[in-house]
Amino acid sequence: MSAEAAVRAPGTAPAEWFTRAVLRNGPLGGLVALVAVMAVLSRDFLHGRNLLNVGVQASVTAVLAFGVTFVIVSAGIDLSVGSVAALSATVTAWAATSQGLPVVAALPLGLAVGVVAGLVSGALVAYGRLPAFIATLAMLSVARGLSLVISGGSPIAFPSALNHLGDTLGGWLPVPVLVTVAMGLLAALVLARTYTGRAMFAIGGNEEAARLSGIDVKRRKLVVYALSGLFAAVAGIVLAARLTSAQPQAATGYELDAIAAVVIGGASLSGGSGKASGTLIGALILAVLRNGLNLLSVSAFWQQVATGLVIAMAVLLDTLRRRSTR
Amino acid sequence: MTGVNDDVRPGREGPPGRAELLRVEGVTKAFPGVKALDGVDLRLLAGEVHVLLGENGAGKSTLIKMLAGAHRPDTGRIVVGGREVAVRSAQDAERLGIATIHQEFNLVPGLTVAENVFLGRQPRNRLGLVDRRTMNERAARLLERVRLRVPPTAPVAGLGIAALQMVEIAKALSLDARVLIMDEPTAVLTSGEVATLFGIVRELRDSGVGVVFITHHLEEIAALGDRVTVLRDGRSVAEVPASTAEDELIRLMVGRDVTEQYPRRRTPAGAPLLRVRGLTRRGVAGAPGFEDVDLEVRAGEVVGLAGLVGAGRTEVARAVFGVDRYTAGSVEVDGRVLRPGDVRAAMRAGVGLVPEDRKAQGLLLDAPLHDNLTLARLHRDTRAGLVDRRAQRREAAAMAGRLKVRMSGLEQPARTLSGGNQQKVVIGKWLLAGVRLLILDEPTRGVDVGAKVEIYRLVNELTAAGCGVLMVSSDLPEVLGMSDRVLVMARGRVVGEVPGGDQGPAAQDAVMELAVRHAEGTETGGETGGQTGGEAGRQTGRETGRQTGGDKGNTSAMEGSDVG
Repeated sequence: MSAEAAVRAPGTAPAEWFTRAVLRNGPLGGLVALVAVMAVLSRDFLHGRNLLNVGVQASVTAVLAFGVTFVIVSAGIDLSVGSVAALSATVTAWAATSQGLPVVAALPLGLAVGVVAGLVSGALVAYGRLPAFIATLAMLSVARGLSLVISGGSPIAFPSALNHLGDTLGGWLPVPVLVTVAMGLLAALVLARTYTGRAMFAIGGNEEAARLSGIDVKRRKLVVYALSGLFAAVAGIVLAARLTSAQPQAATGYELDAIAAVVIGGASLSGGSGKASGTLIGALILAVLRNGLNLLSVSAFWQQVATGLVIAMAVLLDTLRRRSTR
Repeated sequence: MTGVNDDVRPGREGPPGRAELLRVEGVTKAFPGVKALDGVDLRLLAGEVHVLLGENGAGKSTLIKMLAGAHRPDTGRIVVGGREVAVRSAQDAERLGIATIHQEFNLVPGLTVAENVFLGRQPRNRLGLVDRRTMNERAARLLERVRLRVPPTAPVAGLGIAALQMVEIAKALSLDARVLIMDEPTAVLTSGEVATLFGIVRELRDSGVGVVFITHHLEEIAALGDRVTVLRDGRSVAEVPASTAEDELIRLMVGRDVTEQYPRRRTPAGAPLLRVRGLTRRGVAGAPGFEDVDLEVRAGEVVGLAGLVGAGRTEVARAVFGVDRYTAGSVEVDGRVLRPGDVRAAMRAGVGLVPEDRKAQGLLLDAPLHDNLTLARLHRDTRAGLVDRRAQRREAAAMAGRLKVRMSGLEQPARTLSGGNQQKVVIGKWLLAGVRLLILDEPTRGVDVGAKVEIYRLVNELTAAGCGVLMVSSDLPEVLGMSDRVLVMARGRVVGEVPGGDQGPAAQDAVMELAVRHAEGTETGGETGGQTGGEAGRQTGRETGRQTGGDKGNTSAMEGSDVG
């Protein structure tokens, strides 16, 4: 498709070519356009250090969003990931700092909490036949409440061994970016190559057809939400490492950023489509926008307005793109 | 349907004196990878019923979508009332007096009949509010014309499929349409409803409306049509009078002679493959039950399952495949009892099901063909959690080639294939899963003549290779022609067996006799009693369509009309 755009490029006005390139290349085109605009508007934007900073800012959203991608591809939704991230980090810190467990035990415990939360949501959806919106809305509340209960409402210091996850290697490479890349590759592998990944597309595309073709729909849904919980736990731990403490109110509202990243990345909320690369681009678009607007000293209030507009624009462009290729 | 065939009027070949309403000239339309239309001409006169005939995928849908403003031609002209026009939107079509009744209705279930008829054009009073009284009065007059006896204030949600269609026609009438396009309007109607529909279409025709009528039922052409335009591979290949012989029409449509309609080649039956004993389930709302069903399918055998709608055939098929549970009885494959309600157990034993509603139950409509073809073998292609996608593509490509699926490539979404090709993909999915007992539920519904014969050939290939086939079908000639034995069900029970191979009227009568006698007291029984076997065959097909189609009509109306 991009080859086609390139072939047609000569003879068309640059503006038209630009629009077409954005339309044809979808989210990536949008990211490139946004970066170009920011680079023109702010001299500091393109500095390597700033770009890595964007990567760090995108990391938590991206990891959460990779998990949410699984759920959205299978035509579900997960509103609980922000709370689950906070709960996992809180449990990890509580086990290591308050209870004195070694980090090698506390970390798996924190990850397990994410998986269990996902399994509970998944069981409510698959076996309890609750709408995913409701089941995960309930989990959003429960997980947030539990992290407040466990922490008593105040931050717990994160074990220093784990704080390295928020470090910068060799003075330039931030570990959160590495974690994002690793989780992104894992998500891409799951989606494209594993049985569960292919089943997600089938379930999201047509659940009844999937069931009648021998996909164990209920069990796969459990796995899907458990994966989402696991990714949320990783995101929560990375966030706590950056802040060097687990805060019970951390990551509030991040589930919406994660969903926005998935949708900007080209996935359909009605299921059956989605890519890890698209989700990463979606998270980067959100981070570039925030970083750029910060550099331009745009007020936080107007930043929210801009973010909303970009979400609407991105999905609108994607819809137009799909329609033009139909 | 009595009286349909003897309605022969003089001059029905379309005398040249009539005004031309619509002309399509040399229209072409290409979609990515497919040339949907490749030079189509069509001429519609005032006061004629013009049948548009062609296999699935011949371009009928694209053509009528073009006239409805959903697609625009790449080249060629559309002339309405002597002027060349561009139909860019549904509103343009409306202004030009072209109304289209699609197979999937555009009605809003939650609104009343009158609100649907005047949707978006409700009469207003001086305050700008909807003038309900005027609207209902005007709707009542329109309903009178289409002989629909429901109050204009009735919600559309509760109406049957025939009534929904009449509401659509009333809507077209309210627009004062000069050109009415009907896409397979009879596919989901009972004979009685078809007769009413034909009456209304004739009235419209006599009042000067030009009707474009699409149907797969050849006998309807002579009964209702004046002229026929035949499409093949996106081209209009002939314009002939409606009195043209059916064989000739088939030849024009398929491009060759279809000599054997039911090319069943019997293979000697081997060991019992499937044995169902005493299968019982109580009916629930929307799904009839079945009782004490015994049946056997041997290797190399095709066993047909015939009967009226609601006889429980589909339910038995689903229970055998483990989709639904049953309260008593057992299903054995190769002498081993299957766990009830376990699709995967059935699949492991080599059973596959081609479901009744391929779009809702058989396909991932927006997924590429290779994903659809390999869906049922996903497990088998998985090693240590990882799917061998390369092997999957290879297998899918080989199967698509073997089945001669007409596609632009394996990446093409299943939604964009014609009905016959979609069905081939669903069957191919099971062939790739290594099926040994294939259950086909209405395998050729909405499938054109050419693809039908290809599907029958596949059935022959399967049985020649020692597989067994259980075929549920409401098409009596088909189920008799393709089966080695036909079991007849009525009211959830197997009430008799008829030998297959002979699809003549006597055999059809024998099946209907069994089906109707044991379903005594039902409306269908009374209606079909005095008719010939052929008529009765159509009857069962239509009845089935009405039930499933009714639901479909409602959902699609809710989803809007973005299909395709």
